[in-house]
Amino acid sequence: MTTQNIPVSNLDQYIAAFEGLEQNGAAQDPAWLRQLRLDAFHRFTELGFPTARRGNEEWKYTDVGPLAKTAFQSPASTAVPVLDFQSVQPFTYGGATGNRIVFVNGAYSESLSSVARHPESLTLAPFSQALSLDGDLVQRHLGKNADYKEQAFVALNTAFLHDGALVHVPEGAVVEEPVLILHLSADGKDTVTHPRTLVVAAKDSKVTILESYGGLADGAYFANAVTEIILEPGAEVRHYRMQRQSEQAYHVATTSVTLSEGSSYTSVALDMGGKLTRNNLNALVAGEGASCVLNGAYLVTGRQHVDNQVIIDHASPHTTSRELYKGVLDGRSQAVFHGSIIVQRGAQKVDAKQEDRNLLLSDHCEADTRPAFWIYADDVKCAHGASSGKLDDDALFYLKSRGLDEQEARSLLTKGFVHDITATIAHESIRAHTEAAVSGWLEKL
Amino acid sequence: MTTSNEVVQQAAAQEYKYGFITDIEAESTPPGLNEDIVRWISAKKEEPEWLLEWRLRALRHFLTLLEKEQLPAWANVSYPPINFQDIIYYSAPKSRPESLEEVDPEILETYRKLGISLDEQKLLAGVAVDAVFDSVSVATTFKTELAKQGIIFGSFSDAVREHPDLVRKYLGSVVPYTDNFYASLNAAVFTDGSFCYIPKGVRCPVDLTTYFRINAAGTGQFERTLIIADDDSYVSYLEGCSAPMRDENQLHAAVVELVTEENAEIKYSTIQNWYPGDANGKGGIYNFVTKRGRCEGRNSKISWTQVETGSAITWKYPSVILKGDNSIGEFYSVALTKGHQQADTGTKMVHIGKNTRSTIISKGISAEHAENTYRGQVKVMPNADNARNITRCDSLLIGDQCGAHTTPYVEVRNNSAKLEHEAYTSRVSEDQLFYCNQRGISLEDAQALVINGFCKEVFSKLPFEFAVEATRLLEVNLEGTVG
Repeated sequence: MTTQNIPVSNLDQYIAAFEGLEQNGAAQDPAWLRQLRLDAFHRFTELGFPTARRGNEEWKYTDVGPLAKTAFQSPASTAVPVLDFQSVQPFTYGGATGNRIVFVNGAYSESLSSVARHPESLTLAPFSQALSLDGDLVQRHLGKNADYKEQAFVALNTAFLHDGALVHVPEGAVVEEPVLILHLSADGKDTVTHPRTLVVAAKDSKVTILESYGGLADGAYFANAVTEIILEPGAEVRHYRMQRQSEQAYHVATTSVTLSEGSSYTSVALDMGGKLTRNNLNALVAGEGASCVLNGAYLVTGRQHVDNQVIIDHASPHTTSRELYKGVLDGRSQAVFHGSIIVQRGAQKVDAKQEDRNLLLSDHCEADTRPAFWIYADDVKCAHGASSGKLDDDALFYLKSRGLDEQEARSLLTKGFVHDITATIAHESIRAHTEAAVSGWLEKL
Repeated sequence: MTTSNEVVQQAAAQEYKYGFITDIEAESTPPGLNEDIVRWISAKKEEPEWLLEWRLRALRHFLTLLEKEQLPAWANVSYPPINFQDIIYYSAPKSRPESLEEVDPEILETYRKLGISLDEQKLLAGVAVDAVFDSVSVATTFKTELAKQGIIFGSFSDAVREHPDLVRKYLGSVVPYTDNFYASLNAAVFTDGSFCYIPKGVRCPVDLTTYFRINAAGTGQFERTLIIADDDSYVSYLEGCSAPMRDENQLHAAVVELVTEENAEIKYSTIQNWYPGDANGKGGIYNFVTKRGRCEGRNSKISWTQVETGSAITWKYPSVILKGDNSIGEFYSVALTKGHQQADTGTKMVHIGKNTRSTIISKGISAEHAENTYRGQVKVMPNADNARNITRCDSLLIGDQCGAHTTPYVEVRNNSAKLEHEAYTSRVSEDQLFYCNQRGISLEDAQALVINGFCKEVFSKLPFEFAVEATRLLEVNLEGTVG
């Protein structure tokens, strides 16, 4: 089924911005990248924003109309504010690592970053360097996993693809220290950035990626991120994400993961910011014996809207997936979860589990859940569950009878609810930092 | 000499035993859909002006949707576009009987073959039957017996003539003609169906049954059923259906509306066994049905139980609008698809009143090349304090060329609501089969046993005779799918 989208209403603006990109140094990019951008931009003009309300299953509960109508400006390249590490530190998982690449308003910040170029263990570099030094690798993978032909926001990101982060872990390398990729929006206003990340974990390598998004100023800016992660046979990637954009911001993030034989991918995502947040997480389980764990927590209040769409595509036999998402909703917020598990024809012996649980703290929030299966093989074990409700009265009463006041009891139970997600973070200091962020959020309620 | 194709046809013929054609004289409209046809149907049925107007409004709405190409495209089914001008919208046996004795013997024979007795002897079995043949109701048993208690049960056309106020009050009140594409079509051209009214405080002493039969070629069947249970009443209603085997696809677009007032209960059971098409997916019924009940009064209850084994395509979501406080909605379903059948079926529970409860148990079985989708929605509105829902939708796959899909929608806007949804998909486990085998049960019997166990939660909700029929139907349908 095709959905009819309205044409991009402010297309002229996007055309101007697209042309402006080439004038701002992007004209020096290699020919293949310029062609990729052109194809993607062309595709974006065809697709338009997915604003149709009728028959638009993928965007049934999330209206991107306001986003589509806003005339976002590209941040002026000259206006990259000079920041010291102190001011960005809250977004760095407590400064947990020395492998760090930071983008401010979409531009690489050399002073805040601490990149690496160790051919035998790790390459962490901005595209501006990687395109010349690792050109073949980048060309081989960039734009090959995140589908700009079907997804409008990926097309838009790809059309404006200029800088971004490359993480390459060579064959057999085990990177102990996590790699942090931080994208910051610094000046609030109606600006748009298109953060882009490419992670290539070669055969039997191991790495932990921290991906962090944040805003330093309030404002209705728009971050449209795309992350591509490629796991070669036997690779192991742990991917922890934290999103703390301003509460007026639009955040759309697409993560496309491709898993080869015997590889394993773990994702733990925490969404707390943004006025409108949409995460697309697509895992293509394309090799026998591959497994993935996709967990996430979303904490929303006020008039925040968060939408997590997770598609796990089991294209190979003997693959497993585990998925647990939990939401805490307060105020007049709305949370959407749409999980799809696809088992392709011939992908026998797939074992997949999917679960979404929502905790509704207020009378006015809304939780919409769609756990779906699309199964074309018979010898499989697939299960899903969904639940929704408020805090358990009995549990609250029990805690109060032990001397906790209402507020403490509620906070403890809520923390316990989210703990199921944060506890799956293997790295201790990162787990502690994530839990602290959750506690901080709860205290503000 | 028998060609392999003939062998296949014979095999298919064995499996669907209700595929015969009854040769009777019929009165039909020419194919096509326009105002004249609608006026003709309405005149034929001697309908009052308001009903004709309603039909015409529905027709205009339908034609607008058709023009804008707003056909329902979201279901996980595929079929070539239907030419709505090729369908015969009215076909009826020529002689309309005044009493059971006058019913064409050919038709009585048809129902005898189907195992539906229209003889009054059926009283012993405690079932009252309304039989619908193509576009009209041909016989209703026990009408007078039921009338003594104030129960109105009979054809829709009779009800329009005899109880116009009741019909006018409730028609379209649960499924308005603007509800969806096929409901609009039905509202414009519906021909007959059953009407049932249970007065206050009456517990209907027998199960009421309607049996639908499509006979004529090139026709569609568009029946409309309306059941109203007034305060403190109860009725159990059964519905069965079949059709001859034809190479063409025939459209069946029915609408069923149920209304329960305070403390009333309607239990609605369906065994849907329309012709599913042959082994190559040729022919069969397109079963595009809108069924919905509204629990209008406090403490009322509507329960849907369905066993879906027939039809080339099933597109059906029996739903309950839980409007009255403390009302209860239930949905129990077994959907079996095999060959090239496609089913996209499920339910919708809309919680509006306080303390409303709903239960959904769905069992999908998919074999051979079939596609089976569960699609359900549970919606809790902001005022539905303490709403409660439990959903279980499980699928079983038999063979590696079929598909089983589950796509539930859970929408909660009240934090005191408690909802739980669970589902799993698997095949009949080797351990279970092995256990049966070593107890001397053949593979085929073992499979039937396991599948019956899988469906038991639903079958146990069916009235006894229906449950036996459902079990048998499942066994017959699954013959030859093991391996």
